[in-house]
Amino acid sequence: MDPIVALAIGGLVSVGVYMFLAHDLPRVLIGFVLFGSAVNLTIFASGRLGATLPPFVAPGADVLEAGTANPLPQALILTAIVIGFGLTVFALMLVVRANAEFHSVDAADLDAAETPIEAAKKPAAPSAPAVKRAA
Amino acid sequence: MLLIVAPLLIPLFAAAVTALLRTRIAAQRIVGVGASASLLAASLMLVVHTADGSILVAQMGDWPAPFGIALVVDAFSAIMLAIAGLMALSVSIYAMGPDAAARDRAGFQPLFHSLMLGVCGAFVAGDIFNLYVWFEVMLIASFGLLVLDRTRAQIDGGLRYVFLNLVGTTVFLMAVGLLYGQLGTLNFADLARVAPLAENQGLLAAIGVMFLVSFGAKAALFPLFNWLPAAYHTASMPVAAIFAGLLTKVGVYAILRLFALVYAHDVAFFGPIFAWVAAATMVFGVFGAAAHYDIRRILSFHIVSQIGYMIIGVALLTQAAIAAAILYIVHHIVVKANLFLVAGAIRRENGSFALGRCGGLWRTAPLLAIGFLIPALSLAGIPPLSGFWGKYAVVRAGIEAEAYWLAGVALFVGLLTLYSMIKIWNEAFWKAAPEATAPIAWTRGERIATYFPIALLCATTMTIGLWTEPFAALAETAAASLLDRDAYITAVLGNAGQIAEKAP
Repeated sequence: MDPIVALAIGGLVSVGVYMFLAHDLPRVLIGFVLFGSAVNLTIFASGRLGATLPPFVAPGADVLEAGTANPLPQALILTAIVIGFGLTVFALMLVVRANAEFHSVDAADLDAAETPIEAAKKPAAPSAPAVKRAA
Repeated sequence: MLLIVAPLLIPLFAAAVTALLRTRIAAQRIVGVGASASLLAASLMLVVHTADGSILVAQMGDWPAPFGIALVVDAFSAIMLAIAGLMALSVSIYAMGPDAAARDRAGFQPLFHSLMLGVCGAFVAGDIFNLYVWFEVMLIASFGLLVLDRTRAQIDGGLRYVFLNLVGTTVFLMAVGLLYGQLGTLNFADLARVAPLAENQGLLAAIGVMFLVSFGAKAALFPLFNWLPAAYHTASMPVAAIFAGLLTKVGVYAILRLFALVYAHDVAFFGPIFAWVAAATMVFGVFGAAAHYDIRRILSFHIVSQIGYMIIGVALLTQAAIAAAILYIVHHIVVKANLFLVAGAIRRENGSFALGRCGGLWRTAPLLAIGFLIPALSLAGIPPLSGFWGKYAVVRAGIEAEAYWLAGVALFVGLLTLYSMIKIWNEAFWKAAPEATAPIAWTRGERIATYFPIALLCATTMTIGLWTEPFAALAETAAASLLDRDAYITAVLGNAGQIAEKAP
C-alpha cells in the first residue's frame, strides 16, 4: 500500500509541476489542482496508511483499539479541500476575466503590470539641475 | 477570554455588517471606521495585559490543548495586533478619500475587514493548521482587494500574485501534513515540546525548509520576491498601503513564531541560511528600488529590502536580535504604509505616479512634502526618527552576535535606501514641475480623509523615534517571552508532563 501511495503522490507532483511550467493559464490551474491533490494524499498518508477500523471507542473501553484510522488528517484534508476549491474557483474567474480583457490565456501575452509607463523610466530631458544628480 | 477573541470578532462582525449594507455606502464607512477603532482599542488592551510577559490563552469550546483549538496571545502577538489595528484605522479613514465611492461599490469594506480578520487570526493562532486557515482567509480577501478596480494591470498583477501564493500555501499545507506525520501534533506549544526529542532531526529540518519556502514566498524573501513588485503597485492606494504594511509582515511573524519556538534547537542549521537570505533580500531589494522611476515600484522594492532587516533577528536568534526585529517590524509597518498613503496623495496632487511627470510639490503642497519627508527619512534610518532606532538595534544585535558582515550589509543598504528616497524627493518635490502636470480637484472631505491618516502615522513615527524607551522595553519583553519556550509550553498545555505519548 505504502509504495503505491508514494508513487501516486510522486506522479501527481511531477505532473502538477510540469503543468505549472506551461504558458497556458488553464493548464497551470489544472496543475495546481493536481498538486493540491498530491498534498492532500500526503497529509492522509501522514496519519498512517492501512488502518481501516473507524475511530470509535468501544463501549466500556477508555481508549481506541489498535489499528484504528487517525481521524485528524481526514479533518485537515476536508478543510484543505474546501479552501483549495475556493482558491481554484477564484483563480479560474481571474483567468476568465483575463481572457475577456486580453483575448488570450497565454501568460506571455499578459504584460500590463510590468510594462513601464513612458515617463516612469529614467527622466529624459534635464528640466532642473536636480535631475542630473538623480540620474 | 473575550478580550482574546475580540480581535477576531470585531473584523468578522464588521465584514458581515458591511456586506449586508451593500448599497448604503455611508453606513458601511461608519461601521468600517468604528470597527477599526475598536480593533485598535481591544488590541491595545491586550498589549497592556501582556506587557509584563504573561501569556493569555483561550481554549475554544473548553477542549484542552493540544486537542482543541487554542488562541494564544503573548507580548509579540499583542504588539502585532496593536499595529494591525492602527493600520486598519488609518487605512479605513484614508479609503474615504478620492475614488472612495467606486471602491466601496466594488465591495472594499467587506473585503478589507475579512483581510483584517485573516491577519488578526494569524497573530492569535495557537496551532499551525489554524495558521494555515487564517493565511487562506487573508489570501482570498487580498485577491479580491487586489483586483478591485478590474483594470488590465490589476488583472495581470493579480494573476501573478494568485498563482505564486497558491503554490506557496500548498507547500505550507504539505509541510503541515509532514510535520503532523513526524511529530503527531500541530499545536505550537506541543510542537515546541516534542521537536527537540524527535528521532529524525534531518527530516524535521527538511520540513522546516518547506516552511521557510512557503513563508518566504509570503514575506517576499530572496529569491521569492518577484511577485511583490509585479503585483503591489497595481492595487489602488489604500489597498497597496495595507498590503505593504501588513501582509508581508504576517509572513515574517510566522517565520519568527515557528523558528523561534519549534526550530530553536536547530539554530546551527537554520541560522546561516537565514543570515544569507536576509543579506540577499536586503541587497537585491534595494538595488531594485534604485533602478526604478515609478514611486509605487520604488516603494514595493523597498518592502523587499526591509524584510531582510527583520530576518536578521531570526538568523541570530538572540534576545537582542529578536527585540531589534520586533522594533523594526513595528517601525516598518507604520512607515511603509504611510509612504504608500503619501504616494496616493502625490498622484492626486500631480496626476501621475511616474517621477518624470511629477515636480514642484514642495511649492504647491508643502504639508505633503513634510508628510513624505518624515517616513522617508525614517525608512532610511536618519536619527531621531523611528528607523534610526530600528536599524541601530539591528546593527548592534549583529555586532554583539559577532555577525559583523551582516551588520555591515545592513548599514550599506541603509545608505542606498537614503539614495532612492532622495531620488523621489528630488523628482517629485524639489525639481520644477513639468508643464504636463494635471492636478485632480479635491473636495474638502477627501483632503481631510487623505491627510489625517498621514499625519497620524507621522506622529506615530515621531513618537517611536523621540520616546523610544517604552517601545524598546516592550520589544525586549516580547523577545524574552518568545525565547522562553518553557513558559509558552506551560501556559498553553498547563502541566506539560501530563500529555501521554501519542503515536503519529
